[in-house]
Amino acid sequence: MFTDITLGQYYQTKSVLHDLDARVKLVGTFLYIITVFVCNSITAFIVAGLFLTFVIAISHVPASFMFKGLKGIAMLIIFTVAFNLFLTPGTVIWQYGVFHITKEGIRIAILMLLRLTLLISGTSILTLTTTPSNLTDGLESILGPFQKVGVPVHEVAMMMSIALRFIPILMEETDKIIKAQTARGADFETGNLFTRAKNMIPILVPLFVSAFRRASDLALAMEARCYQGGAGRTKMKPLHYEKRDGAAYVILVVYTTVICVITW
Amino acid sequence: MPIILNHVNHIYSAGTSYEVKALDDVSLTIDDHEFVGIIGHTGSGKSTLIQHMNGLLKPTSGEILYNGQNIHDKDYDRNSLRAKVGLVFQYPEYQLFESDVFTDVCFGPKNLKLSKVEVEARAYDALNLMGLPKEKWYSSPFELSGGQMRRAAIAGVLAMKPQVLVLDEPTAGLDPKGRDELLDVLSRMRTDEGMTVVLVSHSMEDMSKYADRVVVMNKGKLVMNGTPGQIFSRYKELEQIHLSAPAVTYIMEELRRAGLSVPIDVRDVDEAAEAIKKIIL
Amino acid sequence: MCPRFYNMNFIETEKVIFEYIERDEEGNPVKVKRALDDVSISVKKGQFIAILGHNGSGKSTLAKHLNALLYPTEGKVLIDGMDTLEDPNTMKVRRRVGMVFQNPDNQIIGSVVEEDVGFGPENLGIPTNEIRERVDESLKILDMYAYRLHSPNRLSGGQKQRVAIAGVIAMHPQCIVLDEATAMLDPEGRKEVIRAARALNDVEGMTIILITHYMDEVIYADNVFVMSEGRVVMQGTPREIFSQEESLNALRLELPAVTKLAAKLKRAGIPVHDGILTAKELADALVL
Repeated sequence: MFTDITLGQYYQTKSVLHDLDARVKLVGTFLYIITVFVCNSITAFIVAGLFLTFVIAISHVPASFMFKGLKGIAMLIIFTVAFNLFLTPGTVIWQYGVFHITKEGIRIAILMLLRLTLLISGTSILTLTTTPSNLTDGLESILGPFQKVGVPVHEVAMMMSIALRFIPILMEETDKIIKAQTARGADFETGNLFTRAKNMIPILVPLFVSAFRRASDLALAMEARCYQGGAGRTKMKPLHYEKRDGAAYVILVVYTTVICVITW
Repeated sequence: MPIILNHVNHIYSAGTSYEVKALDDVSLTIDDHEFVGIIGHTGSGKSTLIQHMNGLLKPTSGEILYNGQNIHDKDYDRNSLRAKVGLVFQYPEYQLFESDVFTDVCFGPKNLKLSKVEVEARAYDALNLMGLPKEKWYSSPFELSGGQMRRAAIAGVLAMKPQVLVLDEPTAGLDPKGRDELLDVLSRMRTDEGMTVVLVSHSMEDMSKYADRVVVMNKGKLVMNGTPGQIFSRYKELEQIHLSAPAVTYIMEELRRAGLSVPIDVRDVDEAAEAIKKIIL
Repeated sequence: MCPRFYNMNFIETEKVIFEYIERDEEGNPVKVKRALDDVSISVKKGQFIAILGHNGSGKSTLAKHLNALLYPTEGKVLIDGMDTLEDPNTMKVRRRVGMVFQNPDNQIIGSVVEEDVGFGPENLGIPTNEIRERVDESLKILDMYAYRLHSPNRLSGGQKQRVAIAGVIAMHPQCIVLDEATAMLDPEGRKEVIRAARALNDVEGMTIILITHYMDEVIYADNVFVMSEGRVVMQGTPREIFSQEESLNALRLELPAVTKLAAKLKRAGIPVHDGILTAKELADALVL
């Protein structure tokens, strides 16, 4: 059940997007998030949507795979949309008890739906086309200047990449623990919120124990392989810009300008 | 109360590029008081197969009967089935969670909504059966040795008083001493408690020593089903599916090659020694 | 090579004692436990050494001393002449003695096979193009080159351990310690790992320390140490060790099937010699 969540996992294939420098993709994602937030007209959303469609198309990640990822957080989107739809004050066009739908509500709900969908698909493209280690290398390089003022950039990047490596393992483990406790007659489906939360203990305790055990094993393994933090380390795959990265930056600038022009 | 699997298929991630046919038309009957061994290469479908036996996984097609009833019928009580068919997963010690061993073992019977007295009586019996030293019963499960943790976890399933005990590689990672002790306990479950035991294992030696019947899985299909002797005499076929016969089979083969007319299908070293003695002395 | 290094042992432990404090749930010390008790072993360059023993016998604790992950409470551990207790030696020791652990999942750091193999050389500060060469070479030696772009999560246990070994090889060590590296594997995975270890010993002349509780894995070793309760209780060639059936039984270590069979036949009055290690040897003994 948990192993079905594909959101944020690297999808291995060959594409221009996979070959791009991680820094370009990080900057691009950052810019895209901003543009999606400043979008306030349907035209702007259409441009943002078209841009995303273009990016997904050149990523060679199957659309079905992307949408499967979205399914995992569909509840969140539906909840937010419903919240805005029913609870925004304004000109009432439909009412039932405390629930009412307003003109403004519909507008905000649609904007929210578009915004969230674009945001989530947009950011997941980043992780789908970039290996965790590339991603952290990119982050480390972009945030590098902050290291000088005492921000532990390397450590944070290393922690992130390790977390990403262990997410699928821990997901699988969770699935196994749930099954094992179910085989011992545990019930995770009935009862009120409080009992249900209490019923999670037989899952959470073993999961934490296992995560700590793995962490201590891993720390030892890293030490055995001469890891001593970021100082003095070299890179197997250092980042350097190619022509295509320049082209990508140009496209990004053009896209951002278009959105800004439409919005203002 | 036999478990019957009729043409069971199980497909993971159906309809995606990750689609895997984990079980392919498997039919199998497990009779009362049998000791059945299941062997197969990693990924052959063994673990998927045993998770069907207590209804944790639902077949994509086909049916599973326990005591003559289809366990996926709408009104079938699958919770009570889980008490009757106890399933011990690989590395079961990773599911321990309570502050002490005894309370952890109580978890299963408590879920069956039994009285407190009955729950504790069962936990007591189960821990005794698994031979866990009494001074460890009230210590934290995480203070036990690996072998003891394993036994405490199995006791947690035994405390539900299952009629069938299904174990997925219960000896994985244990040293020879821990392994022998555990297998002896399991074998006593069958002889003394009248339980049916289904054992998934990689060790051909264990299969040959304990199992009445061995089932061989390959790529989701059940490919062989017979007594250990019958199965291991087909060791050439076993090798083709990345399995092997017990070491003693290969010794006998080598001796035959050297010109001694010894039988191939011996169960263990003792039988091998007898057979060689007959020829030489 | 400097003359004084001739005939020197690559690994030398001198009366090593390792003690740790056992604590109760509140963290108060309860008692001092002795995990290693007067352990002296020596290993020459290029040897294949096996250390046998049950869980809790101290064999893994000893292994961690060889890589400066643990330090002796008393006594000395010398690796290539360097005392592991001296601080500047730690990294030099870890460079020379690589370590492969039991759980394949918990020692792979990279999310892609080749990136994991590159982790060690990166830590050593090796220049980029040389890391690439080392990674490719190590993966080829371990026959995992075809998997270099795979995620470790989709590999079998034996393959994961081979990736872990490649990760160690890429650091160009002189010795590899396999700390129960086969304990969690299926029989096929075990064979893969043992085969790889033997090949590294034969072809590359790598010193191998194999720590295991499987008796059938040690028959190729040059020298075997058997441990129990923190002490080395037996020591010798596999043939010498396996000839002492009674002592091994007392330690509840199981002889390989061939050796057990040979011993049974001998007791029945059939003239076979002690310490038979392979089916071929038994056949020869019986037929002649």
